[in-house]
Amino acid sequence: MINQVYRLVSPRQFEVTYKDESIVDNYLIVRPTHLSICAADQRYYTGTRGKEAMRKKLPMALTHEGVGEVVFDPSNRFKIGSKVVMVPNTPVENDPYISENYLRSSKFRSSGYDGFMQDYVFLNPDRAVQLPDDINMDVVAFTELMTITVHALRRFKQKAHPRVDIFGVWGDGNLGFITCLFLKKLYPNSKVIIFGKTDYKLNHFSFVDETLKIDDIPHDLTVDHAIECAGGKGSQYAVEQIIDHINPEGTISLLGVSEYPIEVNTRMVLEKGLTLLGSSRSGVVDFERTVEIFKEHQDIIDYLSTLIGEVFEVRKIKDAINAFENDLSNSWGKTVMRWKI
Amino acid sequence: MIYAGILAGGKGTRMGNVPMPKQFLTLNDKPIIVHTVEKFILNNQFKKIIIATPKEWLNHTKNILQKYKLDFAKLEVITGGSDRNATIMNIIDHIDTNFSLNDDDILVTHDAVRPFLTHRIIQDNIDEGLKHGAVDTVIKAIDTIVESKDNEYISSIPRRDYMFQGQTPQTFNAKKLKQLYNELTAEEKEILTDACKIFSIRGEKVKLVEGEIFNIKVTTPYDLNVANAIIKGSIDQ
Repeated sequence: MINQVYRLVSPRQFEVTYKDESIVDNYLIVRPTHLSICAADQRYYTGTRGKEAMRKKLPMALTHEGVGEVVFDPSNRFKIGSKVVMVPNTPVENDPYISENYLRSSKFRSSGYDGFMQDYVFLNPDRAVQLPDDINMDVVAFTELMTITVHALRRFKQKAHPRVDIFGVWGDGNLGFITCLFLKKLYPNSKVIIFGKTDYKLNHFSFVDETLKIDDIPHDLTVDHAIECAGGKGSQYAVEQIIDHINPEGTISLLGVSEYPIEVNTRMVLEKGLTLLGSSRSGVVDFERTVEIFKEHQDIIDYLSTLIGEVFEVRKIKDAINAFENDLSNSWGKTVMRWKI
Repeated sequence: MIYAGILAGGKGTRMGNVPMPKQFLTLNDKPIIVHTVEKFILNNQFKKIIIATPKEWLNHTKNILQKYKLDFAKLEVITGGSDRNATIMNIIDHIDTNFSLNDDDILVTHDAVRPFLTHRIIQDNIDEGLKHGAVDTVIKAIDTIVESKDNEYISSIPRRDYMFQGQTPQTFNAKKLKQLYNELTAEEKEILTDACKIFSIRGEKVKLVEGEIFNIKVTTPYDLNVANAIIKGSIDQ
């Protein structure tokens, strides 16, 4: 079959390319139906990823957040027509200790390996997780972003001490929102404080116990553990504040991606005996856990639906460009493409 | 029910001196018809995908489907007719005989030699086919269309913005098409090579679905070169 792959060839320019694939070839085949745009996609789309990376990785199909319907499954694990979330991480080896998303050999979609902007996506059979039939597909389009939180919280549980009276989340963006929400669901007896700087964003966090502006934190406020979701240069300021306000032997989960190296006050990290816990991407188990959480906490999907900024129906390449351009001018919320191309 | 009809009736006459019909020529080392059928298999709305091929190529068609492991229960290979419409009628008769034709059954017909079609084109044909009696896949005319009735002088130049180029799939209410076709005289059947035209001249509305410029028909050796170049040019670097 000739599969259309919609690749970014240079900044702001998509082109259709054609890839010969055999449908009877042990791959699970999924028709993407809803895709969501991530900041990492935008760094490629706008060309801010840097000349070297652009030269090395393009042409490449973007997006690694997406859901679709199974159209062919040689393993018979899924019924045809099943709604699934696609897992962008693709490991090529197994390791008893190291998670699939940290193996240097793993391939990741829309990062040097074609993402989901295709007519059909060919996946290794274990790279999809079934969704409930009646779920809001616009919301679950960005399940992958939620798995980042779920993965980080799973690592946190494995490695941090169990006193969890107060969590502090730094960063009032999409990831901060998702992290606060999942914390409230998974740790209902803990207090969750969001630390942010933008009023209109913080207004969305109606479910947290306390909202604090980062320039107005009471001097004596402390948290047991902290999660940094700021990213960029903001990571440095967030980590600085966290170190000031975290209790001894607390764990700082680092989730925000920074293009630049940041400075860390290691003196206080040592003095307080803190753990800095890095987290990146996620694996199949995190997708499975996330979908379980959807089922256990039905209201979570409603909360997450408030995160949807705009929904675009994409029937042509120019519709995709339109979605990417609009997403750039939105500082809050997720852009979803209903994939009708 | 929704059926697909793959029209593989061509005998390759336009392909020049090639040894077999054009639908069996290879595109990136795989017969063109296999590429096309694979795309239809991935749309699960089709109850049956019926491939109509010249009688003498029936076994060959079955063999290559088997060779490429396309042994699906929903695939059937039948003998085509003397021309395009007769082939479509054979498909409709086959449906009627084996599954009995219902009033709202639609048939999505497609040229075996257009392997570049997309999920969207097929889906739009199904969606519009369920609403309208007939659907044609077209793209806006790129070149100016010049009409000449005597092959020597221009008889007219239609406005380009009114002109479209016909592609496939073409989708029909199967019963309606059969009825209209049977009402035609032998002479009309000779001229009406396009099934959408049968609807059109009877005053029936034919809905347009947008095709793609790359949904090309591989009819000439030049097309085959272009098609192979398109694929090879975009294989992973």
